[in-house]
Amino acid sequence: MLISIKELSKVFYTKDQNVRAVDKLDLDIDKGEIYGVIGYSGAGKSTFIRLLNRLEEPSSGRVTIDNENVTELKKGKLRVARQEIGMIFQHFNLLWSRTVFDNISFPLEIAGIKKEERKKRVNELIDLVGLSGRGGSYPSQLSGGQKQRVGIARALANNPKVLLCDEATSALDPETTDSILELLVDINRKLGLTIVLITHEMHVIRKICHRVAVMEEGKIVESGDVLDVFLYPKQKVTKRFVDQVMGDPDREHSLGLINETYKTGEIVKLHFIGESTNQALISELSREFTVDVNILHGKITQTQKGAYGTLFVQFVGDKEEIDRAIAYIQTTSVQVEVNPDE
Amino acid sequence: MNNGLFANVEMQDMITATNETLFMTSISVAGTFILGLLLGLLLYLSGPGGLWQNKPLNWVTASLVNVFRAIPFIILILLLFPFTDFLMGTIRGPRAALPALIIGGAPFYARLVEIALKEVDKGVIEAAKSMGAKYSTIIFKVLLPESMPALISGITVTAIALIGYTAVAGVIGAGGLGDFAYFYGFQRSDFGVVLVCTFLIVVIVFIFQFIGDVISHKLDKR
Repeated sequence: MLISIKELSKVFYTKDQNVRAVDKLDLDIDKGEIYGVIGYSGAGKSTFIRLLNRLEEPSSGRVTIDNENVTELKKGKLRVARQEIGMIFQHFNLLWSRTVFDNISFPLEIAGIKKEERKKRVNELIDLVGLSGRGGSYPSQLSGGQKQRVGIARALANNPKVLLCDEATSALDPETTDSILELLVDINRKLGLTIVLITHEMHVIRKICHRVAVMEEGKIVESGDVLDVFLYPKQKVTKRFVDQVMGDPDREHSLGLINETYKTGEIVKLHFIGESTNQALISELSREFTVDVNILHGKITQTQKGAYGTLFVQFVGDKEEIDRAIAYIQTTSVQVEVNPDE
Repeated sequence: MNNGLFANVEMQDMITATNETLFMTSISVAGTFILGLLLGLLLYLSGPGGLWQNKPLNWVTASLVNVFRAIPFIILILLLFPFTDFLMGTIRGPRAALPALIIGGAPFYARLVEIALKEVDKGVIEAAKSMGAKYSTIIFKVLLPESMPALISGITVTAIALIGYTAVAGVIGAGGLGDFAYFYGFQRSDFGVVLVCTFLIVVIVFIFQFIGDVISHKLDKR
């Protein structure tokens, strides 16, 4: 375990009331994993991530990173510890007065690295984040995605143990978001770097996280493997986040409409839960059994641990043959439900 | 000798007066820049949310700045006579004008510095903190470079105010174009001298403004 958070709290005292932005939060994050914390604005996730490197001072509780109790460190030691905790931001927070090269060089200057070594390291980082040839540009000459790449390079400069991402893709368009997420996964794999990210977009969690925690009113209300949370969301807020990515196949009028419209054969709900082996199920069924498979409704999406999603299909054909087909599906890891209720 | 408007305008006198004005302006701009920067940093850093947040210190600094900004310059010169005499050993001539110019200009510039620093993106300061930067690093490598264009245009505005102050200081015998215009122009009813002095001051103001604009524009990579 790399990061251990115990009973972490942050209270803001205002005139009218005390706000518990983070409330007795416990969390363990393993080395090398990408851990996502999702929540709506005001859930306290932004405060939470700032408590990890003490940009916000905790009111109580403990944060341990790589066996070092961060919450107890004196100012000088904290500064050294921070050099090993990279952070990227929603609005990139680059120095406009410095070039890309000099921005990435900044944390190395802080760490007291010699000029020659800095130059070598910065050039490596520029290549790593795919900005070769842009070292002499100023941030104002870059696109949002490129700016975040500079931010990532800067955060990685001192070979941190952990990378904190504060809504790192929230200011980017969907396509750029994906390219930045791919870069993060790439870095996670190449360097074995632990990444903690906060976001309000389930898409980000789905795409790159291994584990996820759902935050509401300063507390973690649900956590676990991304796939489990997608499959069996327990809390209302979690369900809403899952719906963000999946749509909501069970709700709305879709099911009633399907049952009304397709009266022949059997309506079957297929639930794919994170395995790549059965993705060709539909074509397999129509090849092996003499049934027609009519895809009615659904959505499949990819997570770090395989495909996940629900399909509503209609089997048309001989009753016996349909039953055999369904019996076959039951032998696979795909969950099946016949005549799902309205 | 001709009898035109500019009959009594002696080239040599004008050059001397211009030099005195340039001397007073450039030294006082340099002094104001340093003292104003220090005061402005102090105001910003001790202010709410600043790195050295400190209410009493902020209050004292702000009061000092406000008091000296409130005193009309001509009165400030008079008030500072003993101090000037002690510091410069004289209360006449261009050198004697310097303490009053700097003490009059610095609080004005300090407020402009404070405004410039407040414009620096808080996120960038947070980013520097997250990298483990010391406060001195944040000041010298983040706050000052990131606010430099505003600091330069601020000192340009201040410099032009200071050129005006040097002329006021002329009335108590500081030398320079203001002094010359008053004693040789106004008191001798020689309108030509006043006109030439005015023209030269306007030229100096334009030159300062131009230099300030060019530097500020060059530094601004936003």
